[in-house]
Amino acid sequence: MVIKEVTVLNATGLHARPASMFVQTAGKFKSKIFVIKEENSINAKSIMGIMAGGISQGTTVQIKAEGEDEAAAVDALVELINNKFGE
Amino acid sequence: MFIKEGIIASPGIAIAKALVYEKVVVEVSQAKHEDSAVEIKKFHLALKQSQEQLEKIQIKAVSELGEEDGAIFAAHAMILEDPEFVESVEAEINDHKFCAAYAVKIVTHRFFLIFDEMDDPYFSARAADIKDVGTRVLHNILGVVLADLSKLSENVIIIADDLTPSDTAQMDKKKVKGFATNIGSRTSHTAIMARSLEIPAVLGLTDITETVSTGDMVIVDGLKGIVTINPDASQIKSAEEELLAYQAHLKELEGLKDLDAITLDGHKVELVGNIGEPGDVIGVLKNGGVGVGLYRTEFLYMNSETMPGEDKQLAAYRSVLEAFPDGPVIIRTLDIGGDKKLPYLPMDDELNPFLGLRAIRLCFKEVALFKIQLRAILRASVYGHAHIMFPMVSSVTEVRQAKVILKECMKELEESGIPYDKDVKVGVMIEIPSAAITADIIAKEVDFFSIGTNDLCQYTMAVDRMNQEVSYLYDPFNPAILRLVKQVIQASNNAPGLFTGMCGEMSGDPIAAIILLGLGLDEFSMSAIAIPQIKKIIRSVRYEDARVIANEALNLETGEAVVDHVLESMKKLKINI
Repeated sequence: MVIKEVTVLNATGLHARPASMFVQTAGKFKSKIFVIKEENSINAKSIMGIMAGGISQGTTVQIKAEGEDEAAAVDALVELINNKFGE
Repeated sequence: MFIKEGIIASPGIAIAKALVYEKVVVEVSQAKHEDSAVEIKKFHLALKQSQEQLEKIQIKAVSELGEEDGAIFAAHAMILEDPEFVESVEAEINDHKFCAAYAVKIVTHRFFLIFDEMDDPYFSARAADIKDVGTRVLHNILGVVLADLSKLSENVIIIADDLTPSDTAQMDKKKVKGFATNIGSRTSHTAIMARSLEIPAVLGLTDITETVSTGDMVIVDGLKGIVTINPDASQIKSAEEELLAYQAHLKELEGLKDLDAITLDGHKVELVGNIGEPGDVIGVLKNGGVGVGLYRTEFLYMNSETMPGEDKQLAAYRSVLEAFPDGPVIIRTLDIGGDKKLPYLPMDDELNPFLGLRAIRLCFKEVALFKIQLRAILRASVYGHAHIMFPMVSSVTEVRQAKVILKECMKELEESGIPYDKDVKVGVMIEIPSAAITADIIAKEVDFFSIGTNDLCQYTMAVDRMNQEVSYLYDPFNPAILRLVKQVIQASNNAPGLFTGMCGEMSGDPIAAIILLGLGLDEFSMSAIAIPQIKKIIRSVRYEDARVIANEALNLETGEAVVDHVLESMKKLKINI
């Protein structure tokens, strides 16, 4: 299991387009991936879960993955957030 | 025979047999089951069927409506594959022993509520998508077969509770002649779709699905907002006559498209359109508008997830300017605040947002943001006749302040060697009473005025027109408003080269047309569809007569008296609305 903490920097947070980019990236990995915000654990492959998660600019979350490609999955998603989704 | 009254959503008259397109109301019991595996299998089979149906609909939508509308169904497909959705349904089946149908129903509703309660139009739209998809899966589980709207053997009027994008996308548009639904408003999906397909529609009929049966003869009158069920022969005959008259009326208006808006005695005015985005110019051109009197640029900002950059704005403004090589395009700078917010621009809650930090006031606070827009407009100005308009100006000081910032932008462009139109026209929107009263002072600083009657009326009469308790006080025909309009036009007439337009709803109101003409308004800006009718009225009156009617109106005591006076005068002059 790999966990990394990251702060969402892009202006809109995980809304609309960034949310769908995030979910599509997560979908490329075999591991189970979760976004942990405070006490809540959200399935990173669920567009509805991510959008309903209310993750806005400045929110710090943990990305947790468990499975054969867990390290790569966490790195890819953290990088996406740090790059502000290419904005 | 009986008649039901609803909301006018799309004009026209349709006479055809009803097709009741029944959905939802399938009662799903909270039935428990014995075997979870069977129910889960049922659920997955329904998911697969739904995927296949959506693929077909998407192909049809893309080819008939375009990529953008087709994309909705790709979003629907994503919901079907969503692990949160699928796992939640499975959990209800496993843990609570609910049958597949009930599990889908409650999970759909749960997600619907999460999105529906979010205070953001983007998410409310997603809520509707979730409901649409959930209903589809539910129908597939229960084996409910809906009427296939893509295969119709005769002309029909669709009677439904409400219509979703997936319903309208698959319809055989040649056979569907009208819509009548239980719910919906002028801005709901069904209404927008009906207008773009030019199908008459009456919505908000409450229980039309229960009062009509498939095969009943129905008249949908989208002009009066009524639906006649099982009409007798004479009613059908008169509906047919009205339909012919309506078609002739449309043809007459269409014939006016390329004619000038000129009175019988040769006084010419300009009729232009209000637009929210570049695509709206199509409607303005189609209806014979010679330019744009109000380009509401805030939609460019509101439809974007991040602040639109200079190049993105330039592209939008340029495309509008190029659509009117000979006509003016009045670009209103950002009018945000009040009830309009941007997700990427934090704004504090205010006690009185309509009297607070909005429009030009906000732009003075966020100068960097304001300058990006001004630079984009200036750069676009070489592609046509750009006019820059500042909204919510309350005094000449603000006009001067805005012009200083505009000058800075011009200087920056010059220093970078970027071309712009040095004669770009600068004007203000007159929507605050203090600006109307001091129009003669402001006139010295600008090239044009555009009167925004919606806000001018709200601020003058101290009435929130969305508040049903007091909205009856909102009346653009009130002599107070007419006198302010006259004062502004007079100030512009006394300043050489100035012109005055109007971009509020009043300028598209057929009853107001003669008064505004008579008061000396130079430019009328309105939603595109109103242009032909206003042109017809202007072309059928003498300017001299309009001036007399307007002057008489100014001395009347109430808004009602003004309306009565206009209607009577039009009757005397044999001008039909």
